[in-house]
Amino acid sequence: MTQVQASRPTRKSHSAPAEERERFLSMYRQMVRIRLFEEQVNDLYKTARMPGLAHLYSGEEAVAVGVCATLRRDDYITSTHRGHGHCLAKGASIDRMFAELLGKAPGYCRGKGGSMHIADQDTGNLGANAIVGGSAGIATGAAFASKMRGQDRVAVCFFGDGALGQGLLYEVMNMASLWKLPVIYVCENNLYNEYTHYTETTAGALTERAKAFGIHTDAVDGQDVRAVYAAARQLVDRARGGDGPAFLLCDTYRFYGHHVGDIQRTYYRSKEEEEHWKTQRDPLILLGQWLSAEGIAGESDLEHLRDEARAEVEAGVRFALDAPFPELSEVDQHVYA
Amino acid sequence: MSTPSATLSQTGHTGAPTVRELTLAQAIREALAEELRRDPTVYIMGEDVAEAGTPFKVLSGLVEEFGPQRIIDSPISEAGITGLGVGAAMTGMRPVVDIMFGDFLGLIMDQLANQAAKVHYMSGGKLKVPLVVRTTLGATRRSAAQHSQSLHAWVSHIPGLKVALPSTPYDAKGLLKTAIRDDNPVVFFEDKMMYQLKGPVPEEEYTIPLGVADVKRAGTDITIVATSSMVQVALVAADNLERLGISAEVVDPRTMFPLDKETLIASAQKTSRAIVVDEGYERYGVTAELAAVIAEGAFYSLDAPVKRMGAMDVPVPFSPVLEDQTVPTPATVTELAKTLCGRA
Ligand SMILES: Cc1ncc(C[n+]2csc(CCOP(=O)(O)OP(=O)(O)O)c2C)c(N)n1
Ligand SMILES: [Mg+2]
Repeated sequence: MTQVQASRPTRKSHSAPAEERERFLSMYRQMVRIRLFEEQVNDLYKTARMPGLAHLYSGEEAVAVGVCATLRRDDYITSTHRGHGHCLAKGASIDRMFAELLGKAPGYCRGKGGSMHIADQDTGNLGANAIVGGSAGIATGAAFASKMRGQDRVAVCFFGDGALGQGLLYEVMNMASLWKLPVIYVCENNLYNEYTHYTETTAGALTERAKAFGIHTDAVDGQDVRAVYAAARQLVDRARGGDGPAFLLCDTYRFYGHHVGDIQRTYYRSKEEEEHWKTQRDPLILLGQWLSAEGIAGESDLEHLRDEARAEVEAGVRFALDAPFPELSEVDQHVYA
Repeated sequence: MSTPSATLSQTGHTGAPTVRELTLAQAIREALAEELRRDPTVYIMGEDVAEAGTPFKVLSGLVEEFGPQRIIDSPISEAGITGLGVGAAMTGMRPVVDIMFGDFLGLIMDQLANQAAKVHYMSGGKLKVPLVVRTTLGATRRSAAQHSQSLHAWVSHIPGLKVALPSTPYDAKGLLKTAIRDDNPVVFFEDKMMYQLKGPVPEEEYTIPLGVADVKRAGTDITIVATSSMVQVALVAADNLERLGISAEVVDPRTMFPLDKETLIASAQKTSRAIVVDEGYERYGVTAELAAVIAEGAFYSLDAPVKRMGAMDVPVPFSPVLEDQTVPTPATVTELAKTLCGRA
């Protein structure tokens, strides 16, 4: 993984209040966990130890982490095919995530879901989804139920720029606005719908689509976890307070291919573009620099956090590799409740 | 791997046909390239169909020859590109719409079932919808419940739609060319696990009519009707059965509609036993229709009830140990055939 560049705390200003310092340190920790988790997933794929494919979230960590840091455990999220980051940021444990990716019994879905379908009721995760845009209805429905039952839970719907092509999104955004539902649509614009640049598939300005429904809209640098957090904090608070839905556009970038097998990428994006994002726009580096500049953490503190995360990932993958597969008889369980 | 333009030559003058070994993907690409060359109203629209050549690389090279005006990358808007295809087809084009995974039929079902399928009839025969929707089926790719289904029964149910299920490179090429020339909407299912399967394909131009079954292997003791991905499974089972002294005939209907009932019935009349194998869910699946056709048509010749095997009636699970149980295999087909022949 990429190293943060700053070496020592440069300014012991203590300008950030203690609560804020702890918050951003914990976001760093969370982003590192996701980064190292994904690198391990890539390794599992390359060494043929993981069935199927996976879509890595590396590079986009600040979006999931910044948004989920504003949520309560009982708030809802829905996720996507590129969902490991959302699940971890909402509180999933690394070992059971790996177990699911390997199709093992202790996995979050007993091996039935795999990489693209991790759901975890205990942390409010209503599920990753392999249909692009497929969870827009689910997130909006959860917000509807929360409102109808007089609860103050909010729902966050994560989706990619590609999902802007799906009609369902516009049907539910209309209803969310009409009925002031506590749902936040978080669009992760990583520039590509699979192998096609979003400008070739998406007309007009992205945020105008939500604005047309009268939905409160904001746009942030999705590589800056503090900016994501600040924006999401506001949107979540207003949704919880009864002021209705919001749309948050986050500009971001995936460092790896569309999925782990997408190695030859130069026909759709340049090496220079990838390098730029990896070296100049890495959310971990950016937050590390800030933590250091603020005197909150130096390189050795961050190294310590990385070591902890590395140990957790190593233990998690070992747990999953050693775990049993589900019993064969489970195949026709859970078709009906 | 040769490019389509390099392997396609306008021979067709003398002597024996030149036959090459092509993969299923190459055969499909060749059919599309030939029809795109032959008819300027043909176009392809879908997600990542141009430079990327689809995630399965089936269309690689087409945009280089035909350009982005005819090989069109679309937004991720399955309902939209299908609806647009219906309208373009009604007004003079022959669209080929690419729907990456058959599971996404859910997104386009209204455009297919309520629009494309109805237009000709509702207009009293005035309007036509010469549309092809290419999509995929097949499990065991470890892609889990939303990327592994074989949903051809859904569209086979709808009057006004035609449905093709090729099982070899030869059939795929010939059927796809016919589908594109057909004046009706045709849904064309490709087994995503079979794209690299090789088979002989002549260089010369040919087409295969919709509604003509193909006997993939002749036999006398039992008929195995198999579709798409299950044809190879049935052929391996037939080899197993031969070693046991049971002669199995493997019949591939190739299209669900139009359906070549005569060939299915005649085979079952000859062998007196039949199994129908298909990768769609068994419940209410195409196996039920095919088995009923045989049971009715060959009733007086049958020595055993017609049996059917489909995918297990469960969402396709991710875990390999679970997923592998959900589809018919050469072993399970062999077992059932043995039982039916009184040899279990
Ligand atoms: C409805 C639907 N269409 C197509 C696909 C195939 N597919 C999977 S991911 C993807 C691209 C999604 O792009 P985006 O929404 O921007 O998410 P990203 O992969 O960039 O995170 C496509 C086309 C799908 N899974 N679902
Ligand atoms: Mg994207």
